[in-house]
Amino acid sequence: MNNLGTLFKRELASYFLTPLAYIFIVIFLFLNGIFTFYLGQFFERGQADLQPFFEFHPYLYLILIPPVAMRLWAEERKSGSIELLMTLPISLGEAVLGKFLAAWCFTAVALLGTFPVWLTVSYLGEPDHGIIAAGYLGSLLMAGAYLAIGSCMSALTKNQVVAFVLSVVVCFLFIVSGFPIVLDFFSAWAPAVIVNTVASLSFLTHFDAIVQGVIDLKDIIYFASLIGFWLFANAVLVELKKA
Amino acid sequence: MQAMVSVDHLTRKFGEFTAVDDLSFSVAPGEVIGFLGPNGAGKSTTMKMITGFLAPTAGRIEVCGADIEANPKASKQQIGYLPEGAPMYGDMTTERFLVFIAQIRGFAGAELKTRVDAAIDRIQLAEVRHQTIETLSKGFKRRVGLAQAILHNPPVLVLDEPTDGLDPNQKREVRTLISDIAHDKAIIISTHILEEVDAVCSRALIIARGRLLADGTPRELESRAEGHNVIELVVANDQSALVRQGLTALSGIARIDEAPFSADSSALRVIPNDGADLLLAVNEVIAEQGLPVQQLHQQRGRLEQLFRQLTDEAVGREKRS
Repeated sequence: MNNLGTLFKRELASYFLTPLAYIFIVIFLFLNGIFTFYLGQFFERGQADLQPFFEFHPYLYLILIPPVAMRLWAEERKSGSIELLMTLPISLGEAVLGKFLAAWCFTAVALLGTFPVWLTVSYLGEPDHGIIAAGYLGSLLMAGAYLAIGSCMSALTKNQVVAFVLSVVVCFLFIVSGFPIVLDFFSAWAPAVIVNTVASLSFLTHFDAIVQGVIDLKDIIYFASLIGFWLFANAVLVELKKA
Repeated sequence: MQAMVSVDHLTRKFGEFTAVDDLSFSVAPGEVIGFLGPNGAGKSTTMKMITGFLAPTAGRIEVCGADIEANPKASKQQIGYLPEGAPMYGDMTTERFLVFIAQIRGFAGAELKTRVDAAIDRIQLAEVRHQTIETLSKGFKRRVGLAQAILHNPPVLVLDEPTDGLDPNQKREVRTLISDIAHDKAIIISTHILEEVDAVCSRALIIARGRLLADGTPRELESRAEGHNVIELVVANDQSALVRQGLTALSGIARIDEAPFSADSSALRVIPNDGADLLLAVNEVIAEQGLPVQQLHQQRGRLEQLFRQLTDEAVGREKRS
């Protein structure tokens, strides 16, 4: 457990050792602003809630989360430092989890930077703070799922660009599986069970439910098991790719 | 004496390719083992298995009595490892990096500070203490890697090409360091610099194609090299026949080669059977018969020669089969 903490701190600190962290946070906040206030028509809607803010998070994360995760393992393998890391008295599980949690925490910091939006909506009207808190929770959970995919893809290759592209593709699949166009394709011939399964795989289905303020255990379990699955695959890949 | 590292019938395959083939050896405390072998001989792969990075395909490795596969964390705690090329986290400063390693090794508080300071002191890293590792010269990087490996004063040290890329002075420093800390540790270094084996190793293992070809002290290995104990005599050209004649009385000579030495003298190379030491006998014959010998010296076998003999054979065998 101690080692997990040590590794977590090192990884988190390493984000801030390069300008990347600050650039990322600035872009994250900037895009959030654009999406919320222009595309989301925050003011024009005349409603005191953060729907337009959260609505764009799945797409925002699609471009912004893979760069956070792409270096996690690809860089270690490229520089060879993975050999150093894995010969320290630290278990594979601790290494995978430590890196993931550091990336997640970094994302949480960026997400925390959006609090002025919450202040704005509170100033302008009387929003339901419970729903907004649920939205933040959902957003954070979804970010975790994106990161777990990204971390796993990063373990697949030495090349960070390849890792980036792969995670965008996989994450994209997890978004579009909730789109009507995809579901229509399945519903034309497949039984309802399959259509529902495909739909339930989508980030959107579960994220939208949470953002509405309905924190259902099954949505939480969905994200948790998605994170668990991809991190497990991540560990397996790290082990396999060592040779 | 209890072996600190014991490697038992170790084999590692990568697909069809066998990188390490049924390798067995052990290392006792106080020993410095030199792994010698051509590139791709399986030195690094063996080291990666000893340090628990790669799992063996077959065979067992024990470090300080614990099986590395059954108990990886405990074993890794006993080992200091410098991987090939000394990869590290380039974005960290020397000090931060060493503090990170010390934390992972389980040190905290005052003890951690003492350990890091001691390592920085020992490897003379004070001047680059606050510099990021990626900006360091190759020599300093290697030394940070060494500092990281000895930080927790481990009983077992595995150093993959510790002097690669260092200048001659730095090489000497690293060798001195290894000799200094060797007395109660088991140290395994890999190298393809043969003089290094002479300088620091108490035992050398020659490996090619994943197989162990020779195992012994540098002296023992030298005596197995072709040309060991060959006696070279320099005589005037017109007297070489006489000297050859005189020497034929001796038993134990395989043959005598002759080559020009200078304009009016030649060198006779007296090649003994099985590298036997004929120096005294030859001396006696020369004295008794008053042979006109201008110079006499005995050659030692060279590690380089043995290395070439063994590794050429191994490669040749591979090609024929």
